Formats: sequence, structure tokens, C-alpha cells
Amino acid sequence: MSVMKFEKEYKTIKSVAGPLLVVEKVRDAAYNEVVRINLPNGETKLGQVLESTDKFAVVQIFGQTSGINISDTSVSFLGDTFRIGVSEEMLGRVFDGQGRPIDIKAAITAKEKRDINGEPLNPVSRAMPKDFIETGISTIDGLITLVRGQKLPIFSGSGLTHNDLAAQITRQAKVKNSTEDFAVVFAGIGITHDDAEFFIRDFEKTGALKRTVAFINMADDPSIERILTPRLALTTAEYLAYEKDMHVLVIMTDMTNYCEALRELASAREEVPGRRGYPGYMYTDLASLYERAGIVVGKKGSITQLDILTMPSDDVTHPIPDLTGYITEGQIYLNRELANKAIYPSVDPLGSLSRLMNNGIGNGKTREDHRGVADQLYGFYAKAKEAKSLSSIVGIEALSDIEKKYLKFGENFEKRFIQQGRYEDRSIERTLEIGWELLSEFDQNDLTRIKTDYIGKYYKKK
Amino acid sequence: MGIIVKIAGPLVIADDMRGSNMYDVVKVGTLGLIGEVIQLKETTAVIQVYEDTSGIRPGEPVESSGQPLSVELGPGILTKIYDGVQRPLDVIRQKSGVYIRRGINVASIDRGKKWKFMPEKSMKKGSHVSEGTIIGHVEETPLIKHFIMVPQGISGKIETIKSGSFTVEDTIATVSTGKKVEKLTMMQRRPVRMPARYKSRIPSDSPLVTGTRVIDMFFPVAKGGAAAIPGPFGSGKTVTQHSLAKYSDSKIVIYVGCGERGNEMTEVLTEFPELKDPQTGRPLMERTILIANTSNMPVAAREASIYTGITIAEYFRDMGYDVALMADSTSRWAEAMREISTRLEEMPGEEGYPAYLAKRLAEFYERAGRVNALSGNVGSVTLVGAVSPPGGDISEPVSQGTLRVVKTFWALDASLANSRHFPSINWLSSYSLYIPQLSKWYQTNMGENFAKLRDDAMQILQREAELKDIVQLVGADALPDTERLTLEIGRMVREDFLRQNAFDEIDASTSLKKQEMMLDVILHFRDMAARALDAQVTIDKIVAAKVRARIARMKELKEEAAKKEIDSIRGDTDKEFAELTKG
Repeated sequence: MSVMKFEKEYKTIKSVAGPLLVVEKVRDAAYNEVVRINLPNGETKLGQVLESTDKFAVVQIFGQTSGINISDTSVSFLGDTFRIGVSEEMLGRVFDGQGRPIDIKAAITAKEKRDINGEPLNPVSRAMPKDFIETGISTIDGLITLVRGQKLPIFSGSGLTHNDLAAQITRQAKVKNSTEDFAVVFAGIGITHDDAEFFIRDFEKTGALKRTVAFINMADDPSIERILTPRLALTTAEYLAYEKDMHVLVIMTDMTNYCEALRELASAREEVPGRRGYPGYMYTDLASLYERAGIVVGKKGSITQLDILTMPSDDVTHPIPDLTGYITEGQIYLNRELANKAIYPSVDPLGSLSRLMNNGIGNGKTREDHRGVADQLYGFYAKAKEAKSLSSIVGIEALSDIEKKYLKFGENFEKRFIQQGRYEDRSIERTLEIGWELLSEFDQNDLTRIKTDYIGKYYKKK
Repeated sequence: MGIIVKIAGPLVIADDMRGSNMYDVVKVGTLGLIGEVIQLKETTAVIQVYEDTSGIRPGEPVESSGQPLSVELGPGILTKIYDGVQRPLDVIRQKSGVYIRRGINVASIDRGKKWKFMPEKSMKKGSHVSEGTIIGHVEETPLIKHFIMVPQGISGKIETIKSGSFTVEDTIATVSTGKKVEKLTMMQRRPVRMPARYKSRIPSDSPLVTGTRVIDMFFPVAKGGAAAIPGPFGSGKTVTQHSLAKYSDSKIVIYVGCGERGNEMTEVLTEFPELKDPQTGRPLMERTILIANTSNMPVAAREASIYTGITIAEYFRDMGYDVALMADSTSRWAEAMREISTRLEEMPGEEGYPAYLAKRLAEFYERAGRVNALSGNVGSVTLVGAVSPPGGDISEPVSQGTLRVVKTFWALDASLANSRHFPSINWLSSYSLYIPQLSKWYQTNMGENFAKLRDDAMQILQREAELKDIVQLVGADALPDTERLTLEIGRMVREDFLRQNAFDEIDASTSLKKQEMMLDVILHFRDMAARALDAQVTIDKIVAAKVRARIARMKELKEEAAKKEIDSIRGDTDKEFAELTKG
């Protein structure tokens, strides 16, 4: 992190409470200005101005407040907002949640210093994401198609296989006819050492590590630091995408930890809490992260976000997944019921959605019949679920023939379409092929969501 | 000139502000950020700032404009995309690159461009004019004549009036008010927080025809009415709003993207210029104005964006146009209000929202309406507000406050959306209170049958829902054949009529006439099937009728081909049932 001109030092701390410091006699601290807290033992910590008046400033500290005292600790106002020095040298490196290198290699030479909050992208400057990313995973490619520049989170729960899925997507993701540079920016937010290890090792194994910049705030690191970590990652991603023309995949995990840090901060500030104690501005705050995905007119690179969040008690109406779903362009929804049936990936198509799917599929991108096949699979799977719940009440015998057919379709769909290996890379053609095999169990007239021409072309007659 | 004493997020407190008024626009700090005075206490003013306040320090100056937050109205406003305080985003991009630089100062309406002003024939020296009088027009786009009206507060006799090419700042007419001579230009300013005046309200008597079947057939909104569309994420609020913006038969469309996704605005911006207005064949963009305050843009401007939109809508209404305003999403607007209220340390009401939330919602929706404008023309503003209730639960304050004031409610249903039934407007819980006042319109324009079809189909859907509950307990086999038929017909109404693909070129919008034919044929099938049942034909045979596959594909028919094919389906239905009954 950078030290700035106009340093001003104050020894007028009035109070310390939680992560907040009140510093008196500061007349002109800038809102969001970075401060350095100098402890009596020589240690320093970073903080940021949350509120500034002509009499005092309220400062939020990134780090533990242990060791801070009122008489001997001083606060230096550094004259600028939070910035990170960025350069291509960051590829292949691992940083902590505040952006300090934690691998043993040398410090990086910054090409430029960027405000970590970024600036709001002008909607007029955005280009519509439309390049199909083939992940090799049938449920995603076929039904929840990911496109370059999209923000698509994974809604998961504790103990589900979101990490495996994210790693598999990172391994397999490719854009057809594209040889452009790619990079991965990984933000670990409050994750365990095991999880961090898992990702780093997987990136290493596939060779992706040298194209990766990782920021890791561990579960036992200060929670307030979690406010910084995703912003450092996104600022780096923006530099790589828009200055260095790279297609950047940003993985942020776990957004639930981020939101909890936000709540911790809000309660320390004694703010009026919103739903379940989360601050009322959490929507806006999350948007300031998620909206940094996208494609910019006139720039070659792009930022695609794959954010992981674990839903507390699998509750999709919990404020964290709820607000996320309102901002992101769909969601990949992992389902415990499928996981319990040992189906990997346990992606539930019915709860999942890709809002940008239509831009990335169809003739010339995937295949002309893609939309219809996806809609029809969705339709039948929904009916299969209905039939399933009906059969659990009235018994399979009482089902009509067509309902029994749906039920059978549901089972095959889960086993053949959803389920696949962790290292199984299916092409989109193969995915659609499996789709047609399943659909061809039905009469042609039942396929009402597919255009007649495509039925004639792809339906598998027995 | 005031001095900043405190900064906390989007709120700034300044001292030495004596003389400023509530809601005055101010420039904050050395960067000159736009703000608005929202509280006055002795010499201090509380200011909500419409741009990011990072880096602003106590001691920096605050300068008041002495004017309330206003929009500029005049030729050049159509096809534009503005931010929440009416700064043109395309001009900002030219000046500040891909990001929105703070404190940027740009005119809302192009000052340099010349427009051909045509005075009204009746306007001559000595003609009496007053606020709202139309003195001439500009052909702003091939779709829209932009009428030039006398601004607020001016009435008198015309001294001079010109015709020819002018910029929006050139004088086009002078008016002697008795005391002095006022110069009129083609541009006027209106404060956003004040509803515009009109002569009188008149009842709405025609529907906004949207092309969305579930809306047009079952839950219409009147031109000049208000509708709310609440739903959880992924239920299709935005897709429905986009459909309305594209295919509804209003003359002017204002689309307010309030705290929503940036890419959604991009989508509108890339799609609309390519889509053609069905009536005229001109690009849809020529009748559209976009207001975009996306979720990553400053929160206070989100609060203003709704007012900016409705003020522009009223301006076109006053010319005599039917205007539709889509606000997506009003929840983000309410949340912006809550955020400001929290920072003001106001006593919170329900769920932290300010106690005046319901009042603000009502004030907003009351700006919808069909009016006799001061110009003497009749115009309307139709409001469609999306609501994003947390967890999809509409018992929360924004949904409830909205439902109290709107007369059309489109209830989006997550379970329908999950099974990919779109639009996921639930036919059992949605309602429209406009149907009685529109019935005469339907009778004159669509004939007697239309209302009958609607009632008939709705009864089937309601009966189907009841039967489904029974089926859940005992299975479909336990039902008598007549009721199994009702289940089948209900399914046909849902899948072959209500379900509509907004992304399919043909299916995206359906004319009222075709809607009527589609529903009519389904109900005709029902009548024939009921007769066949009486004649001892089994339900299984009816279900397997060949003609059903063609009924399911009626939505793929082009408008011009629809009548012929649907008539033929009808004929073949009769034939097939005749065969079945013969055995």
C-alpha cells in the first residue's frame, strides 16, 4: 500500500471501540482518506476515514485494535484515498487481504496506483457481453450459459461442492476461436487455510497459477480487512482487463464472509440495522463490487465474475443471496438434495438462471436449437418435480402415463445430463446431444417449446 | 458561500448557508459536486450529494444556485440517456471517458443544435397566450412532433413570433405580459419535485395495449393508470418492463433504470435503435428517453432519478401525448430514501424506512393520470413501477405502500419462473381494477365476445387451481372426466395462451385481435370436447386430439397469417371431434 504526500500526524485519539477510532482536533480529514496508525511498539496499521467533521474524524481500522492506546498511539492522515499499486508483475503472485505479498518473492514494482473503489462505469461505455464461455459442464453450458463479462455467482451451502465447481470452471473455461490473453484474479475472503490451499494447488496443477493474482484474507485474519480484499482484487482485474487487454475471470469467495464483515462494521458504528442486522446500504455496497464486471466499449479485455456465497441454512431469501441475486446476472444454484444423491455438480437448474444466456447462444455461437432445447429440458424437469411430489402422496401407481414419463425423464436428466465427472469436459455439441437423447423419449408433439424445424433436424427417431 | 463542516457518505453538512432554500441545488467542495439542500438548521444546511464524496474535506466551499432541482425540457431530449440528475451520459462519455468523472458540468440539452421551429398558424401578434399554450412545434424525430409550450408563470399577448432554424436558447417569440416583455425560447425548466399543473383530470377510458397476452387479456392497465409489478429476483420484472417499453402503444416511453444493472441499460441502448415501431416502422428509440442510475452510481441521485423521469413524462403529457413511464425498480428508490433518512438520524418507521415512505410512494403514483392539459390537449401518463421485495415477500413496506395506490397488480411468481413459465404473472393473485371503466372501449373496439372470453377463461383457470389441490391429494384418476377436461383446458390456456416468449421475434408481442382468436379457438375446443364427452368419447381420446399440437403452435404464427391458420384449426377441430363422436 502506498504512502502519500501531505502526511499529518495526530496524537489526539479520543476513543477506541471495536474497529473504530475517534481522532480529535482533526479539522480537514478527507472523507475516505487513508490513515496509518502508529503503535507505541513501532507496529503500524492502516485505516480509513468514515466520517469527517471540522472537529474530529472517525477512522475505521483494518486489523486488530490490540495494542492501541489513547495516550501513546498516533494517527497519520496520508492525504489520499486507498490505492493499490498495480502491474503485470502481479501475475503469479499471492497477496494478503491488504495487498501485501505473502509469497517469499520480491516486492512488485507498481506501474500505477489506483483507487481501490474504482469509479462508476458509465452505462453508455458498456458493451453487451455476448461471447459464449464453454465451461464443459452440461448444466451450465446448456441451461445457464455463461458469457464473457457476466457476473454469475454460485449460491451454495456449507458442505456443498462449490469449490470443486469453481475450480473446474477455471480449468475448463474457454471461448471458441479465441487466443487472447486470459488471467484469473482470486479473492479469498475469510476462507480457511484448507480452501486457500485447494485453490492455489489446483491453479498450480493446471498451470493457471502463473496467470493468477491471488488476494487471500484468511478466516483468522482481521475481519474488517475483508472490506478491502475484493476491492483490491477488482482494481487489479480492471487494470489487467482494460490496460493490458486480458480476459479476466474474477473468483471471489466467500461473499457471505464479506457481508458479515460489513455488518460488523455497521454495528460498530451503531447504525440502524436493516434486515437481520445487515446494513440498509448493503445492496449498494454489493453492487459497487458486482457491477465492476463487464466489457467496456473500445477495450479488448473483459471481467467475468464468479462469486461464491454460502447461504446461511440454505435459505435463498436470506439478505446475502437475496441482494446478490438482485444485482448479479443470474445465479448457479447448488442443491443439497442433489448433493445427497451424490450428483456432482449438484446444480439445480430450476433455481438457476443466466440472464445473459440469450446473448451468447444460438446460430453461430452455440447452435440454433439451443434455446428451445434448454426451455424444453427446463419444462420437463419442472414437470418431473411436480410428478415426484405428487407420487410421494398418491403413490407412483396413481400417476398417469405421461406423469410416469416425466418422472423417468427426471431421473435420467439428473443422472445423464446434470451429473458429470470433475475432470469431464463436455463440448456444447455433446451437451445438446445428451439433451436430445433425453427429449427424444417423448413424442414429437410434446416438444412444444422447440421450433418444428429443429425437431425435424435433431429429434432422434427410434 | 458556505463552508463544509461534516462529511458522512452522501451527506454533507455546511455552515454559513443562511439564505438558501430547501431543495436548492448546490455545488459542493472544490470539485463542484452536485447536491441538494434537504434540511436547514439555523445557519447550517444538510446536503445530499449526487456524486461520490471521497476526498472531500471540511473547510471546502459550498455554493448555492438558488434554484430547486430542475430538468431542462426542449427539443433534443428524445433518444437521450441521462443520469439521475439529467446529465446526458453520452456527452459525459465524450468528456470523461469510460468512467463518470465527478463534478463534471454538462448541459442536459444540446445548446448548439438548430431545430426548425414552425409556429402555430393561430399564433400571431396580439394572440393571447398563457402557461401551457402551444405556440409552435419542432419535428424532433420522424415519430414525434415536439410542441413548444409557454413556460410556467408567463401570460400575455404575443409581440413577435418567428419561424426558422433556432437553437434552444434563441428567442423564438416575445410575449408582453403588461408589465414587461418576456422572451420565449424552445427550452423550459421545471422543478422535479413539483407535479406540473393541468386544467382537470379526466377518467381513463382506454387500455394501454402492451402485446403481452396475460396483461392485455386479463390484467390491463388504463392509459393514465398505474400498475405495480413486484417479484423476487429472476421472476422477470425487467423483461416485462422492457416488453412494455418496446411494444406498448404509448406515444412516448420514459424508462427509468433506478439502481439496477448497468448491462440492462446497455441492452436497451443496443436493442431499441434496431427495433422498429410496429405502427410507423421507425426505430423505437425515437420515442424513448432513458434515465439511468445504475446500482454502482451514487445513491442520492437514485432518489432523484424517479422525479427526473416523471417530470419529463408530464412535459410530454402536457403536449397531448400518451406517455408511459417504467420505473425499475422503485425499491431501490425507496432504499436510497432510507439510506439518506438513516444518515439524517430520523426516527425509522417499518424496516428502517422513513415514516414518510408511504406518502412519497403515493405522491409519485398520483402523478400518473389522464388530464386536460393547460395546452387544451388531452394527454396521459401511465406509470408502471417494478418492486423488488426482499426474499420476494410482498408484506414489506414498499410493496404494501405501492399496492395501496395502484389499481393494477401483476404478481410475479417465483415458482412459475422456476418452471420457466414466462411472463410469470400469477393469474390467480394478480388483479386489475380498470376493467369496468375500460369495458366500453373493449365493446367498441373488440366486440362483445372479448369480455366473455376473458371471464370464461378466468373461470377455467380458477377451477383448474381448485382441482389441482384435489389432484394433489387423490391423483387425477379419481376425478370425473368432465373435471379432467377442465384440467386439460386449464393447461391449454396456461401453456398455449398465457405463456409467451419475450425473446422470440413473433411471440414477443401479440395484437389484441390475435389474442382474441387464440383464446377463442381454445375455448371452442373446450366446447367441442365437452359435447364429445357427453357423446361417450373418452377423455384419453380427447387429450390425444391431433389438432392440439397446432393449437400449441398458434403463438408462432405471424400476425398476417394468423387468421387463416386459426380458422383452419377451428374447422379441423370440428372435423376431428365429428370423427371421434362417430367412433
